[in-house]
Amino acid sequence: MENVLIVGATSAIAQETAKCFARSGAALFLVGRSPDKLQAVADDLSVRGASKVGSLAVDLTQTTRHPEILQGARAFLGRIDGVLIAHGTLPAQERAERDREYAADALEVNLVSPVSILTVLSSYFYEQGTGCIAVITSVAGDRGRRSNYVYGAAKGGLARFLEGLRARLAPAGVRVLTVKPGLVDTPMTAHLPKNLLFASAERVGKRIHRAMLRGQAVVYIPWYWRWIMLVLRSIPEPFFRRLPL
Amino acid sequence: MPPGHRPGYDPFGAVTVGTYAPSGTYRCVRFATNFWDSTLPGSWRREIEGMPAHSLSLVREDATPMPVVPAGPRYQSWGRYPRVARQDVLQIVWRCDVPRWDTLDRSVLPFGQGRSYGDSCLNEGGVLLDASGLRRFISFDHDHGILACEAGVTLAEILAVTLPRGWILPVIPGTKFVSVGGAIANDIHGKNHHRAGSFGCHVRNLELLRSSGERMTCSPESHSDLFAATVGGLGLTGLILSAELQLARVGTALLEVERIRFGQLNEFFEISEESDATCEHTVAWIDCLAGGRKLGRGVFHRANHVQQTVPAGVRTRGTVALSVPFYAPRVLLNRYTMKAFNTCYYGGQFTTTRKRLTPYERFFFPLDSVRNWNRVYGRPGFLQYQCVVPPRVGRDAIREILERTARAGRGSFLAVLKQFGQRASPGLLSFPRPGLTLALDFPFQGRPTLALCDDLDAVVAQAGGAVYPAKDARMSPEHFARYYPTCDDFLKHMDPRFSSSFWRRVTGATD
Ligand SMILES: Cc1cc2nc3c(=O)[nH]c(=O)nc-3n(C[C@H](O)[C@H](O)[C@H](O)COP(=O)(O)OP(=O)(O)OC[C@H]3O[C@@H](n4cnc5c(N)ncnc54)[C@H](O)[C@@H]3O)c2cc1C
Ligand SMILES: NC(=O)c1ccc[n+]([C@@H]2O[C@H](COP(=O)([O-])OP(=O)(O)OC[C@H]3O[C@@H](n4cnc5c(N)ncnc54)[C@H](OP(=O)(O)O)[C@@H]3O)[C@@H](O)[C@H]2O)c1
Repeated sequence: MENVLIVGATSAIAQETAKCFARSGAALFLVGRSPDKLQAVADDLSVRGASKVGSLAVDLTQTTRHPEILQGARAFLGRIDGVLIAHGTLPAQERAERDREYAADALEVNLVSPVSILTVLSSYFYEQGTGCIAVITSVAGDRGRRSNYVYGAAKGGLARFLEGLRARLAPAGVRVLTVKPGLVDTPMTAHLPKNLLFASAERVGKRIHRAMLRGQAVVYIPWYWRWIMLVLRSIPEPFFRRLPL
Repeated sequence: MPPGHRPGYDPFGAVTVGTYAPSGTYRCVRFATNFWDSTLPGSWRREIEGMPAHSLSLVREDATPMPVVPAGPRYQSWGRYPRVARQDVLQIVWRCDVPRWDTLDRSVLPFGQGRSYGDSCLNEGGVLLDASGLRRFISFDHDHGILACEAGVTLAEILAVTLPRGWILPVIPGTKFVSVGGAIANDIHGKNHHRAGSFGCHVRNLELLRSSGERMTCSPESHSDLFAATVGGLGLTGLILSAELQLARVGTALLEVERIRFGQLNEFFEISEESDATCEHTVAWIDCLAGGRKLGRGVFHRANHVQQTVPAGVRTRGTVALSVPFYAPRVLLNRYTMKAFNTCYYGGQFTTTRKRLTPYERFFFPLDSVRNWNRVYGRPGFLQYQCVVPPRVGRDAIREILERTARAGRGSFLAVLKQFGQRASPGLLSFPRPGLTLALDFPFQGRPTLALCDDLDAVVAQAGGAVYPAKDARMSPEHFARYYPTCDDFLKHMDPRFSSSFWRRVTGATD
């Protein structure tokens, strides 16, 4: 993949995937909200071997600006071979339970905004007839849990959207990848005590890169989450509800 | 404010919003009529509604300020001694996002990769500023070998990026898993000290963040006293955010290595003298359990970089193949197994010298091929004792130290002896200075181990030498003051909010 667009490029996981692309000499277009952070990431990727790096600073909840992302990326890259959408926030469940606007914001960042971007991108890719669109959702979207259901709803909704998008774009030759990481040690989870279930951003980022090259449809990262979630999904709700999850 | 106005910070800490806003959450203070509709996220819009239409200014609050959390088991030193009962950690991830000093009520200390052995990277009761998230390159000038990177970048990452382009780090320690910040703060040395001097000699400049909020670019030319204090400054002068390094040209990633076995200490001095004139890298491994006539026997390693390209088929990259997954039980490590190891290593060498081509990783980082090798010392951990003694009296001092160690029978796998060169270290508290340096590992066995080290300190102090803080967990305040007489000068440049377990121990400071 020679020309790659990365949305949410300052995410720890996205930076690791971007490094893999940079090492193979790809051209990259980065989108994020902080110009300072974008600059730091862009410089890093250039040193690591990217043939060129461009960036656009935009708060991704400003959906009216999403067409600019496509325009910017096309102007800079020409053809777009791959996209990774990685931005997101992990809302504090407790607050989301009592603060209506906070809960709505969480859905806005984690669901509405990627859906809006994907809507802009999908027609472009449909016409192009080739390419790969990867989006980071989460294992949290596989089941509604007491401890994290607002985030789970956004990621679960996004996964459903991607399932449909994959079906729509497959005949056109465009691949859609749903990425479902488990727990990852990144700034998003800095407040959580770490245990053996946490994977490094580096491992997750590399795996996403590989899945994009291979054209996979759904990946759990690390792999064992596929089996953990298979078990969790198979538990009927009356029992599931009682679990301390 | 008109649409399309460039954003910027106003002097009162508020931020004005134009076509984009820097990251962060914003509390709306005042509101502009004609502006927000297309450029503000929904949540702000809702917040703004109902406010008097006047002008807009949003006060920036950091989006998700990184939390200060209890430090997990990762935040130990390499020797696993001493253990810290309580310390917290704050991750530093971006150069542009400074820690909120007002929320930090205890002393802070930067933490790199925790490859220091003792307590110089620990801060009992305080907060560690984990700089390992500052791991981005900034620029690389291929023509002149000038590399700028953030302080948390490891030497392994640097080599991976620069070697294929013909540049190598001018100073390489015994492990590639150390950060640039840590390399500067301990002003580390390599097997080529006799040629290249210490790491700090190759730092063109560094960016230092002080707890006053000031960012200073320090170099031998500008803020030169702060530069001298920061190189070898044990992380106590502020947080290094980034540095610019001068790399060295190299033809290939291979070295031509020669190993020479020697039967006693005097032979070492001869070989070393001769080799330092012809070889870039020199170091010797010593069997520190052999006493009497065999005292100081060992194997001398010397090497030069291979400058032309090499035949295909020669492996140039080593991989991490092995790992010590858990702490080994102590019974595996006793004086008999160590004696057997040392004897086999010595006996396994050819009596004549052989030259062979070796990938750089195998030469520089033999220990890195077994991850977590420090766990072979078991839970109690181990001490490393590294000293330097001046050239004149050095030979006798080294002999004395080896004798005392052999007599105590407590040495272990690794004793390393090398001759430091004349090149002056740039740091006020730098360890490398002309003379002989010897490093010994001791499994931690409580009081007898500490007593032996104190015993060795007496020899080193007598000879006018010094002990390496990066490896130390036990030297006394009196000895520290003797080894580092520039300490008073250093105090002037310390950041008042910074401290470490090591520093409190060797200076008697309370915080
Ligand atoms: C197997 C092995 C071999 C070694 N070989 C050698 C050798 O050959 N020569 C040698 O000199 N040393 C050697 N060392 C020691 C090692 O190089 C030093 O201890 C080095 O400083 C460790 O770097 P680190 O990134 O792990 O830093 P840490 O150990 O985490 O910290 C070391 C010091 O640096 C400070 N620091 C870290 N980051 C920053 C920052 N961003 N800003 C300001 N201060 C900072 C800390 O506060 C602390 O005082 C070896 C260590 C091991 C484990
Ligand atoms: N960490 C985990 O355990 C985990 C598990 C499963 C899934 N995920 C998902 O993985 C993805 C990457 O997260 P991460 O772990 O790498 O965390 P991260 O480093 O905190 O990255 C999150 C990124 O999203 C960006 N972002 C948030 N809101 C934005 C907005 N309104 N506009 C623009 N950018 C915005 C942030 O930008 P700033 O840098 O400017 O704040 C940040 O770069 C996310 O989608 C997350 O949900 C993470």
